[in-house]
Amino acid sequence: MKNLKLNKIRNHDFITYLMVLIAFLIAGILSVTGQMSSLMEGLLVPLCIYVMLAISLNLTVGILGELSLGHAGFMCVGAFSGAFFSKCLDGAIPDGLRFFIALLIGAAVAGMFGILIGIPVLRLKGDYLAIVTLAFGEIIKNLVNVLYIGRDEDGFHFSMKDSISLNLKPEGEVIINGAQGITGTPNDSSFLIGAILIFISLIIILNLIHSRDGRAIMSIRDNRIAAESVGINITKYKLMAFSISAAIAGVAGVLYAHNLSTLTASPKNFGYNMSIMILVFVVLGGIGNIRGSIIAAVILTLLPELLRGLSDYRMLIYAVVLIAMMLFNWSPGAIEWKERMKEQYFSKFPFRKDDKNMKKEVK
Amino acid sequence: MSLLEVNNLTISFGGLRAVDGFQLQIKKGQLYGLIGPNGAGKTTVFNLLTGVYKPNEGIVKLDGQDITGLRTIEINKAGIARTFQNIRLFKELTVLDNVKVGLHNHYHYNTIEGILRLPRYHRVEREMNERAMELLKVFGLDNEADFLASNLPYGKQRKLEIARALATNPKLLLLDEPAAGMNPNETGELMDMIRFVRDEFQMTVLLIEHDMKLVSGICEELTVLNFGRVLTQGETATVLNDPQVITAYLGED
Repeated sequence: MKNLKLNKIRNHDFITYLMVLIAFLIAGILSVTGQMSSLMEGLLVPLCIYVMLAISLNLTVGILGELSLGHAGFMCVGAFSGAFFSKCLDGAIPDGLRFFIALLIGAAVAGMFGILIGIPVLRLKGDYLAIVTLAFGEIIKNLVNVLYIGRDEDGFHFSMKDSISLNLKPEGEVIINGAQGITGTPNDSSFLIGAILIFISLIIILNLIHSRDGRAIMSIRDNRIAAESVGINITKYKLMAFSISAAIAGVAGVLYAHNLSTLTASPKNFGYNMSIMILVFVVLGGIGNIRGSIIAAVILTLLPELLRGLSDYRMLIYAVVLIAMMLFNWSPGAIEWKERMKEQYFSKFPFRKDDKNMKKEVK
Repeated sequence: MSLLEVNNLTISFGGLRAVDGFQLQIKKGQLYGLIGPNGAGKTTVFNLLTGVYKPNEGIVKLDGQDITGLRTIEINKAGIARTFQNIRLFKELTVLDNVKVGLHNHYHYNTIEGILRLPRYHRVEREMNERAMELLKVFGLDNEADFLASNLPYGKQRKLEIARALATNPKLLLLDEPAAGMNPNETGELMDMIRFVRDEFQMTVLLIEHDMKLVSGICEELTVLNFGRVLTQGETATVLNDPQVITAYLGED
């Protein structure tokens, strides 16, 4: 009985890994053999970024059960800390190592912000948490826009006014230039690295869910009072889920920063719209359903590009697909239909292990 | 020596003294009942004992240790576990996982070991599964281990709540209306189970109940609460025949 259950979990996770692997191989082969348009090729890294953002937000929304509307804020923190590090040490250490450290720094800084913001914010519930995280996302974006950091032989100079008030020596260099952001970040991101990072994020999240800590996190989601009554430390596990979610978003941010030559914090990339878009991936894919988030992120990222030929009708179709996906995933009728199809499908094609064993016995 | 010693426990909500000068002694291994009319403050006593509310006055001692005013988590670690009047299960978790959450503080591996699935993860998870299945077997829930808790029938949900509370390995088990919503058959089964739990786990049980059949059937001693104050305390048969108690329940004619 219990082995059966563990196997089920393993199979379920295995299918998710396999799906990502197959998608990666197909995209990789198309890209290498030149079958892919340059537009699509340019989309591969952003795709990885969105997938990571979606699964990490699902950890907060679906597994911890708290609504966060500031996920792009953590991505922003990760992007700027990672890019800042890369800019400072460009050429000083080998590129691969530098990018690796930049990813770690992005994760650490975003995770730290997750803890800092989580301590006061996770005391709130529901709508209040959503509003505060929303505000946080906006604050981070605006703060970065007025942040000036430069470096000369004396060390680092900070300012919140403009680049002149940094008082740099003539040979000094402005690293973060306010609203102009960071220019000249090395282009280290690639589809392969993105895919590897997705795998690592998946392993972290899926294994966390099926561990002792994950159970504690989900017990808080299901019933906080009962979780407390059996000795679960609410604050610790809320912070754990929130900061891991933030750290993965930070890594996605580093990947984003190293995919562009100029990194600025505009409303388009780190603003409210971005946070909402990530939330849309999570809600459409299924709250708490990691595999669903991946699929939703991929479809909704590719769709606008695939429909580019339809020009004006593009956003109309996008909206219709949103509604259709929502109905397919959440309407009671559709859920019933899916269950029925699953049963039919499995009874028609007996490829399950136990069915095979049965056949052997008949022989 | 008493396992639980409560003296002069008092809490006010605004002008209302919900519990006033409550006192209680429970010996180890006892089945103790807390009864009283609706609104008498029984559940408030439970909430005071488990740290959901902080008392304004009074002392609670468990096994000689002063646990007054501690947080719920610390009180659970000190050895009090409870069930709830309106069932509070982890609905989206499986029956097995519900019990495993209860085992949380008794089996350890750290987050990294869990994420990397190091050998200790596999060993400890196996131990947890075995222990949880043992507990589920006691309550006849082992065949439903894979079900989501919300898919269990009502009576079994109540049992699962008790199993989860026992998983925290408490010294004292508080049951808040365990027979609420059960039919006579299920209540009879529940009585056997509570007795079995006491004998099997050497557990001390304090329960709130309205079902007099259950109360007179298994409780050895009773405390009757009325308007937040202790009306009378003592052996079950004596207390239930006390004219004061009958008046409190049925009113004067």
